[in-house]
Amino acid sequence: MTFAFYLFSCIAILATAMVVTSRHPVHGLLYLVVSFLAVASVFYVLGAPFIALLEVIVYAGAIMVLFVFMIMMLNLGPNVASEESQFLRPSVWVGPSLLCLVLFVEMIYVVVSGEPSATAAASEIDPKQVGVALIGKYYLAVEFASMLLLAGIVAAYHLGKRSLPDETTEEAIQ
Amino acid sequence: MIDAYWPILMIVFVLAVVMTIAPGMIWLERRMLALWQDRYGPNRVGPFGLLQVAADAIKMIFKEDWIPPFADKATFILAPCIINATTLLAFAVIPFGPGWHISDLSVGLLFFLAMSSLGVYSVTLAGWASNNKYSLLGGLRAAGQMLAYEVFMGLSLMGVVMMAGSFRISDIVEAQQNVWFCIPQFLGFFLFFTAGVAETHRLPFDLPEAEAELIAGFHAEYSSLKFGMFFIGEYIGITLISALVVLLYFGGWHGPWFHPVVWFLLKVFFFLVIFIWMRASFARPRYDQLIAFGWKLMFPLALLNLMVTGAVVLAMR
Repeated sequence: MTFAFYLFSCIAILATAMVVTSRHPVHGLLYLVVSFLAVASVFYVLGAPFIALLEVIVYAGAIMVLFVFMIMMLNLGPNVASEESQFLRPSVWVGPSLLCLVLFVEMIYVVVSGEPSATAAASEIDPKQVGVALIGKYYLAVEFASMLLLAGIVAAYHLGKRSLPDETTEEAIQ
Repeated sequence: MIDAYWPILMIVFVLAVVMTIAPGMIWLERRMLALWQDRYGPNRVGPFGLLQVAADAIKMIFKEDWIPPFADKATFILAPCIINATTLLAFAVIPFGPGWHISDLSVGLLFFLAMSSLGVYSVTLAGWASNNKYSLLGGLRAAGQMLAYEVFMGLSLMGVVMMAGSFRISDIVEAQQNVWFCIPQFLGFFLFFTAGVAETHRLPFDLPEAEAELIAGFHAEYSSLKFGMFFIGEYIGITLISALVVLLYFGGWHGPWFHPVVWFLLKVFFFLVIFIWMRASFARPRYDQLIAFGWKLMFPLALLNLMVTGAVVLAMR
């Protein structure tokens, strides 16, 4: 299982790196899907099959399909790839890379110093335990999340609503 | 001895059954459609035309495998693989009888939902990678349709999960010993079956490949075995949905006299014929009608089913 954990972690890191460096928007998105799948596998190896599959259903399945859908609608093609090739100039990526390097050194330090880190759960966490934790211990957080999502839905509804006929004619005149 | 090799035996068994049913469906569909339309259908190659599938396969393998120069090559090749991989992987959690499964995952039902949501990429990417207006329209339609139908597909299944108290498919089947879930969960069955038809984009939900308007939609640019993979993938998908309908709502392998596996396969066969029958009888709706139907009728119904089932399960305790 340890081998599987490191294998999936490496795939996740490589795929995420490819998301950043890939010039083609759709190819980048596909790497992001691979990254999500790898992260889901890591969850599974750590003994959380429920969360692993939710990750695949929600992120890899639903949200990424929306992204692909939007990019297909915008019809971004080879000309975008050539535009993006100019994005990655050294002046742009040196700063973030330094910050990431600091984080990386910190992570290495934590690993080497032998501090207790996340280890695989002794037993598999089944859906019931997740449900009990969500509705019991983390009830307030769930409520906050649902309020946030409701606000998002209302906002999306407002933005997507067809404007009234008199408003459109006003816009047309202007 | 046999215990150690049982999982491998099961993998071979499931693959053999699925890969026999899927091409068999092509022959069955053509014969049944012909029957309902007062024609003969393929009846020349082999007994009752059974070898027609073999002839078609030979034809497909020896055709030129053409990749259009304007296509996005890597994605173009990847797309038909995805649908076959995801639908076949989903069969890993399908029990054919008590103990006749590859993996009895504790979250088996979610695994199926995950695989079916990944299968969408196949159609969407095929439409996009072909770099063809009609294909792109087909891919866009597929993505929109899947988003609309996947939401209530998951929700409609939760009624069954609540009644059985488990995501494990064999537990759900065992919970139907006395009464099949198609009776208390009739609405759930109707919703899931509709979503399943949309998921496999069969008539009346075959808008991604509507041949009257989009030529062949997402697979218009595909030829040879790549087209064959889409074709077979669609039939594996139909088999998968039929198997799940049987397992979740029609008592799975429960039945008198025969071996459980026989019962399971018989019930699956019944739903396969229903799929073909629907193709013969329904007309294709307009795209906006399809999306409105999904979001405005089926989705609220799924929520209603969820809440009523939850209330009843709580009250029965």
